[in-house]
Order: sequence, then structure tokens, then C-alpha cells
Amino acid sequence: MPPPPSTPKVRTHPLGDSALLAELGTRLDTALNTRAIALANALRKRRDVRQAVAGYASVTVHFDPDQTTHDALAAAIQRLASKRPPMAEPGRLHRIPVVYDGPDLEAVAAILGLTPAQIAEIHSKPIYRVFLVGFVPGWAYLGPLPQELELPRRHVPRTQVPAGSVAIAGRQSGIYPLPTPGGWHLIGRTSVKLFLPEADPPCLFRAGDRVKFFASRA
Amino acid sequence: MKEVLRVKKPGLLTTVQDLGRPNAIAAGVPPGGAMDRFAHRAANLLVANDESAATLECTLNGPELVALEPCLVAVTGADFDPRVNGEPQPTWTGIFLSQGDELSFAARRHGGRAYIAVAGGIAADKWLGSMSTYLIAKRGGMHGRQLLSGDVVSAATEAYAPAISGRHLAPDQRPDYNDHALHVIAGPHMRRLGAEGRKALFSSEFKVSRDADRMGYRLEGPSLDASGEELLSFGLAAGALQVPRSGQPILLMADHQTAGGYPVVATVASAAMPVAAQLLPGDTLTFAEVSLESARKLRAAQRDALDSLKS
Repeated sequence: MPPPPSTPKVRTHPLGDSALLAELGTRLDTALNTRAIALANALRKRRDVRQAVAGYASVTVHFDPDQTTHDALAAAIQRLASKRPPMAEPGRLHRIPVVYDGPDLEAVAAILGLTPAQIAEIHSKPIYRVFLVGFVPGWAYLGPLPQELELPRRHVPRTQVPAGSVAIAGRQSGIYPLPTPGGWHLIGRTSVKLFLPEADPPCLFRAGDRVKFFASRA
Repeated sequence: MKEVLRVKKPGLLTTVQDLGRPNAIAAGVPPGGAMDRFAHRAANLLVANDESAATLECTLNGPELVALEPCLVAVTGADFDPRVNGEPQPTWTGIFLSQGDELSFAARRHGGRAYIAVAGGIAADKWLGSMSTYLIAKRGGMHGRQLLSGDVVSAATEAYAPAISGRHLAPDQRPDYNDHALHVIAGPHMRRLGAEGRKALFSSEFKVSRDADRMGYRLEGPSLDASGEELLSFGLAAGALQVPRSGQPILLMADHQTAGGYPVVATVASAAMPVAAQLLPGDTLTFAEVSLESARKLRAAQRDALDSLKS
């Protein structure tokens, strides 16, 4: 696949009358994600923008419709996106201890033809990128997960997943910050708190951060 | 701060809400706030508060509140037949309570969510810049939970302006809660529906399922097919109409998930969100497409109605 052109066309779509979605691309790609985060940061400085949230390869912009219009903001986004993207910052690195004893570990190992120990080894090998913070408070989409561990989601989601569960699905990994329903495979748990209600922002991970898991005994 | 109301009965689900925490979405925290922003703002203006002051959002039925001292209140949004000491009271009107007066609600006439404002504004726990109650994280409002019997509701000591009762918003200035044709703006993935799906979306009746709360409403109706290439997750907004694989759309409301990967075929115009906020399981609705310009005009008309209360 060719690398993204230096001045890609951004596609903007209304998300109602006070938000829009600006799409930079449709691939899971670190460079696109870096551009999305930079664009969100630049947009947040504008007075007519209430908040800008980077997705994998997009930015959702919430704006004040009394101060600007969809078309005016779309034009401004096109100008911002055509500027040379900033140097990719390395991002903060989090080291997260994981006890690899999740309720799905044995089943995942059986499906993939690996041992539980191999799952732990493969999962804790890469340095993951925080592509996106969102869904529920403190949740972060981490990736890319090594291909050897790629699995579709569970057929039947659990109605309650304990907070701290370390999970995988598709080419992604994540940690459940709160007890919520969930359809990902639970391979381990961590004592690290992802949702920090007394902090601002109330979450440990930020978009662009890096995460390294390491196996821990308890 | 002064204690103004004692909760004799809390109602089914009464929470403190304001205009939410729009900045927190970047951390995955829903924007939250009053589901019906128009009713919330109007309730505040009727008691001469700032529109952003906190109010009580009462779901499906109302609480029983006893005035601990004289205060000015207003009830807007859904009509649950408000009473003071058993005497019927007008909605969308500033009303004085004397010490010991009891504000109660006789029966639901229409709508799902009523708002009670108190002069001075309700004082409660602030989290990430907002007093809105976010039940899942147990933060904001009345210690992060719904009101319970015995709770005492406080208001800011200084009212924003001298309290005058009898301020009123005329019926023709309020949203028409009985008109369930929700104005929507075409969304990023509308084209996935194709001509037939688009027709189904705009010519069919949908029903709010039992799975409907402050996070969103699952709708029942003709199955919509928005399938296609798997989407990368992106940031969402209140009012977005998602179409998951099941084909039954989900309308995102105030406490919505902040990101997701389901196609968004349309988004409810902000001027139509008050009507959406009043829908209950079993209610039927339709969708009507409007342009961004029409949505702007509808929003401006609501703004004018609210501004008329400021004089």
C-alpha cells in the first residue's frame, strides 16, 4: 500500500448541526492516527471549537454553531490538514503489570493453537500505541495486536466484565476501566487503575501514549 | 449555600443535571447534562437563574419535595401535573413556595422528563466542571447518585436576580412534545443505506424499545442495512443515529458512549433533541430530513423563545 500523500483530502460530514466528522483516511495506521491527534490539538485552540476528539483516522469536532458554520469549519480543517504534520512525538510510555490468568486464556490458547504461556509472551512483547481514548471513561484502544493473537469478538458478550481485565479482540488490546458489559476475550488482569475520577483528565492513558505490558505473578 | 428542599419521596429517577461536561469527551467521559436542554434552560430562566445552573431532572414521575424555607421554583418539560399542597399548579411558570409547602406530582400527562429549577440554582457535587450526575462513574450531582428520601437539596445563597413569581413561557413558545417527527441531518454513512434504506428511514414509524435510558434508545422498526467495510472507531455526538449489524437503530442521548464504530446514518438536529428527550419506551417516532440551514433556523427560534424570558 502506498504511503499517505503529504496533503491528503479530508472528508468532512455533518454530525448534526453542532458537530462534524473529519475523516483523514480509513486504514488503521500510526501515521494517520498521529495526524488525527495533531489536527485535534490544533482545532482545540480555536474559539469556535468546543472540543475535538481524535479517532483512529478521524477527528470529531464539536463546535459552537453561533460562532461558525459547518462549511467554514470544514474549510479551516482542510487548511490545517494541508500543513506539514508535526514530528510524531514518542508519547509517554506506560509499563503495565499483567497477571495472565484471565477466564478466556485457556480457550483463546486452544483456538490459536498456542499455550497460555505463549499467549502471555506474545501479548507482552510489543509496545502498543494508544490510538483512541473513548467509549467509556478511561477506555483506550491499544494496537496493533500481533497477528498471531487476532480473533473475532466473543459470540455472546459478557454482561459484566470486572474492572482491570486485560482483553484482546481483532488487532486490538484494551483494559476495562470500569465494570461494564464487554465482548472482548479476557486474558489477564492488572491492578493499575485506568479510570482516575479525581484527576483531570480522569484517565491514565492519552491518545498517542505508548503501553508495554509485562507478566506479573500477582 | 442554603438548604431549600427536603426530599420526602424521590420519584423513580430524579438526578441533578446541568449543561454537562463537553470537555470531558476527550477522556471518554460522556457529555451528560439535562436530556431536554430547552426545558432545563427555560426552568432556570423562569426563576431568574443563569441557564447553566443545575436543575432536577425527574424521570417518568416526580418527587415529593418540602420547602425548608421560602423559595421560587419552576417546573418545565414533561407535564406530571404539579401540585403545591395538593393544589394544581401551572407548568413553565415561576411559583413561590412558602416554608413547609409541599411540591408533588399527581400523574403523568405527557412526556418523560420534567425539570425543577430553584432560584439561586441547585448546589451539588461538581465533577470535571459540571454538577451533572453520571450514575455509572458515581460522580457529580447528589454524591453521584439519584435523589433518595431524606436528601436535602441546597441552593446557592445569592439568587441571580430578585425572585418574581408568575414568569411564564406561553405554550406556542415551547417545543411541541406531541410532534414525534424528529428533524435529522444526514450523517457520515447515510449513503450506505441506499435509496431503499433511505426511504425506509424517512417513511417508517419507529418505536422506542424498553432498552432506553440516558445513554441512548434502541429503536424498533424496519431493519436497516448500513453494512459495508468495517469502520475504524470515531468520536460520537448526542443525537447520532447508529445502525449496528442487527439493523435496529440506536439513538445516542446525553450519557452516550463517546466513541464507536457503527455507521451513523443521521443525527438529530439540536432543536429536535428536546422532543427526543421526552420519548419513553413504547412511544413511536418518525424521522424527517432537514438541511443544516433549516436546523439553524429551528435552533434560532428556540433561542428567541428562551431569550424572551430574560426581559
